[in-house]
Amino acid sequence: MNSVPSSLEHKEIDQAYRKNQVRSISFLAVLTGVLLVAVLLSLRAGSYETPMGELLKAIFGMSSDRKINLVVQNNRLPRILTAILAGGGLGLAGCVLQAVLRNPLASASTLGVSQGASFGAAFAIVVLGLGNTAGLGISACAFAGSIAVALVILALSRFRQVSPEGIVLAGVAISSMFTGATTLIQYFANEVELSTLVFWTFGDLGATGWNDLGGMGIVVAVLIAYCYFHRWDYNALLSGEETAISLGIHVKGLTLVSMLLCCLCSSVVISCVGLISFIGLVAPHIVRMAVGNNHVYLIPGSILGGATLLLLGDLFARTVISPVILPIGAITSFLGGPLFLYLLFKGGKKQ
Amino acid sequence: MMQVKELNFHYKGSPEVLKDVSFDIEPGKFLAILGNNGVGKSTLLKCFNRILKPDSGEVLLGGENLLNMSGREVARRVAFVSQSVPDTQLTVHDVVMLGRRPYMQWGFTEEDHTIVHDAMHRLDVEDMRGRFLNQLSGGEKQKVMLARALAQQPKVLLLDEPTSALDIQNQHQVLRLVRDICHKDGITAIMVIHDLNLALQFCDRFLLMKDGEVYRYGDHSVLDSDALASVYGVKAKVLELENRRIVLVEEDGV
Repeated sequence: MNSVPSSLEHKEIDQAYRKNQVRSISFLAVLTGVLLVAVLLSLRAGSYETPMGELLKAIFGMSSDRKINLVVQNNRLPRILTAILAGGGLGLAGCVLQAVLRNPLASASTLGVSQGASFGAAFAIVVLGLGNTAGLGISACAFAGSIAVALVILALSRFRQVSPEGIVLAGVAISSMFTGATTLIQYFANEVELSTLVFWTFGDLGATGWNDLGGMGIVVAVLIAYCYFHRWDYNALLSGEETAISLGIHVKGLTLVSMLLCCLCSSVVISCVGLISFIGLVAPHIVRMAVGNNHVYLIPGSILGGATLLLLGDLFARTVISPVILPIGAITSFLGGPLFLYLLFKGGKKQ
Repeated sequence: MMQVKELNFHYKGSPEVLKDVSFDIEPGKFLAILGNNGVGKSTLLKCFNRILKPDSGEVLLGGENLLNMSGREVARRVAFVSQSVPDTQLTVHDVVMLGRRPYMQWGFTEEDHTIVHDAMHRLDVEDMRGRFLNQLSGGEKQKVMLARALAQQPKVLLLDEPTSALDIQNQHQVLRLVRDICHKDGITAIMVIHDLNLALQFCDRFLLMKDGEVYRYGDHSVLDSDALASVYGVKAKVLELENRRIVLVEEDGV
């Protein structure tokens, strides 16, 4: 049938493929490098001018200056870890939602999960009057709100057999419904309640303690483990549902569990740090441009990308008019929007 | 030997599409499922590997009922190539690698890589393995899909109108490859196809469907003027030319 390629040809063919692999792995390595640099910069950014060595020692409580130990351990380190966990979780959730719903626009904010959280927070602050309970009540209600939206979306996909495209449209409808409901609640709020709510929607990476971090860490870890185990299943889904079934994949089960875990992860993140949009949408797209659609690379890339973007956003928010800390939610939307447009048009030109 | 026994199927809220479909086919044969649009050809094909779940009946392969197996077990025996190939940014190598998914535990083994290499070589897509699927032509994509199916090491290969989007050169090339795979490896290939002349040229078994039932089944002799008139409602002759059979629809035949 075909002539067997000579060993020289064979080598060249292999090289072309290896080049692709090397490019993907190098991109992940570069991303890791950028993340590490961002971590170091974040560790340094603040009102104390401290040498790097002391800061690194302070992570383990070994700096000679007790004050530095305290600032790093109670303030800067939790903030950095929050950004990494929240950004990584949102990035991965976006990547996987885009895969199972086969829609490049899928993410926690486009499905209405974020808007559900806002409504929950508004309900807690205005209706239940939980504005001054150290955020715990607000977080719980925000979580309930986002989980409620997630359940509606899951029920639609499971019991009403709505197509993946339909799910995203349903998300748009649910988003606008909850946005309207939140506005109505705001209309009846007094000034204090209104400002508490507005502050909550700004997003805040500095309010998480080690307990919140633990909870967020567990949920993100479970999501990562599940998604990485199913990385080839997401690849198969790219060829369409029928082909995926013919490869022995339980498509309905995969879609349901993936959506459940992604919504859960997004809900936990949003309830801990407030509204942070665009990370889940943008991070997977940036990584996809460099490594293609293979989830073997796309999954770690989206985690690293999301974490890096949020950490850099936070660094920008803290340093641009220091000592004022700008709201992170606003920064990610403000910078994420143009970035997304740029990617969209750059990608469009290529095709 | 693959045996299909009294297969019935209906879509939710619609009347029965397949009615008691039964037939046997030996290994190494290339079967064409023929019939009008909407008669249930693709539905039948998708019932074989449980993309659709039949209401009743059996699909036996070497005596084992495919309908009682897990999806993974079916995927190790039956491969499926669909009509359309979506544009994805997966490399050719990664797409063919998907064929090893039914065998994968935590990751791919050295053996998986060897099988994938062989499948790519066999279909002559090796030198594109680093390219993304969305950079290939229709014919190249379909060959990549065949390589993926081959990597599944199936006993049965299902093809749903694999040539409908291809030019004449690629149609022949793809079908010749399928026929080679079928005859050399003893794989049973079952294809839904509209082009009767392509079917006559490459296939050695023909199943004519009418109203969700098997109208006729057998070798090329089942395709005669009567059958064409009854199944397709056209006046046509089957001519022999240079040792081949050709369907010729008459000028006022429709």
